[in-house]
Amino acid sequence: MDLDLMASSFPKLLNATLVTLKLLSLSLIFGLVLGLLFAILRLNKNIFLNKFSYFYSYIFRGTPLLVQIFIIYFGLGQIEFLRSSFLWIILKEPYWCAIIAFSLNTGAYTSEILRSAFETINKGFLEAGDSLGISKKIIFYKIQIPIAIRQSLPAYGNEIILMLKGTSLASTVTLMDLTGVAKYIISTTFKPIEVFIVAGGIYLFMTFIIHNFIRYLEKKYSY
Amino acid sequence: MDLLAFGKTGWGDELFFATLMTIAVSITAMIIGFCFALIFTPLKLSKNKLLNFIGNSYTTIIRGVPELLVIYLLFFGGSGAVMYVASIFGYNKYIEINAFLTGSFAIGIISGAYSTEVFRGAIQSIDKGQFEASKVLGLKKPVHFFKVIMPQMLRLAVPNLSNVWQITLKDTSLISVTGLVEIMRQSYIAAGSTRDPLFFYSFAAVLYLLLTFLSMKLINKLETKYRRGY
Repeated sequence: MDLDLMASSFPKLLNATLVTLKLLSLSLIFGLVLGLLFAILRLNKNIFLNKFSYFYSYIFRGTPLLVQIFIIYFGLGQIEFLRSSFLWIILKEPYWCAIIAFSLNTGAYTSEILRSAFETINKGFLEAGDSLGISKKIIFYKIQIPIAIRQSLPAYGNEIILMLKGTSLASTVTLMDLTGVAKYIISTTFKPIEVFIVAGGIYLFMTFIIHNFIRYLEKKYSY
Repeated sequence: MDLLAFGKTGWGDELFFATLMTIAVSITAMIIGFCFALIFTPLKLSKNKLLNFIGNSYTTIIRGVPELLVIYLLFFGGSGAVMYVASIFGYNKYIEINAFLTGSFAIGIISGAYSTEVFRGAIQSIDKGQFEASKVLGLKKPVHFFKVIMPQMLRLAVPNLSNVWQITLKDTSLISVTGLVEIMRQSYIAAGSTRDPLFFYSFAAVLYLLLTFLSMKLINKLETKYRRGY
């Protein structure tokens, strides 16, 4: 066990953790917006919108995240009009490609979580709202959304942790996130166990915090 | 479509064999995962604090650390560990481990952690009366486990195991970083030599979708089989 290496790699890995956290938070924000949008589309009675949302989540949940990143990072550059459009400023950066892929991926899972939450809302709440003469819009914003968020907290907590692990794939498109730096140190020092313990410890610590934070929210909003 | 032709001109046959490789790795990993689950599920359910701690650490660590990190650990550390064990037995030459075995083992460890959780949940949701009844009847431990608990556990576990299978199947794409030629690696090679990454990665996505779709169909059949009698 090389304790010196562990001590010297710790600050480097901690620095890389910032990249991981940035990737995670941005993709979660975009993913939540996408997820909510597609969950609403999924509950729509219009067959076209409904199917569109279904196929979106089916495709992104049925293929590995790695394929999705590679298609966006390596593949989209091939399309001529994308290269000449203003979008290229975003798409040429591996950082934004990773965020786009992560957001689309977590958006698909989030939409499924929210959809099932919307579907399990007790019909009585909606009927109560209706009979009190509350408008559809207010029923949606003030009754359905808060209940759905509470219902989906445990599943969404799992999704955050899965996404935290998913950000490690950013290292495959040259980003130096926690896993990227860990791999670099492993391949230069050939001490995989020491680096694994430090980097794995940081990941576990983050998982621990997320897990407990979600637990706290669940307790706070339980009814 | 020329790109997908079989033979020397296209990548059809290469991708076909790569798909078979993905399936082979997934199945091997799933079986290795079951072996891990068979060891760690009893530990997690054990009343002994130390054994319990070991079981819990396994699932917590593996489910909390990115798959890629576990793969790097085994890829870079695997041959070192095997050589160390071999040196105890007096064998000091360089040993290179097969990429297929390392990959399956890495994915197996990960899938094992998920399987352990599934089995634990299934056993815990079996009616307490079943355990008491087999005790009262004086059944021997192996009979009790294989004839009473196992069939009920499997019925409860199959739907969740199908999730584990899907995760495992998708995780195999990650071992492409170690150089094993499965769908992802083959697409990477093809994309590199034809300069057509969009087509090949999209095709890889289609292959994965096909695999997940077909395995879902198969698993649904299994589920109806195990649901029989209830």
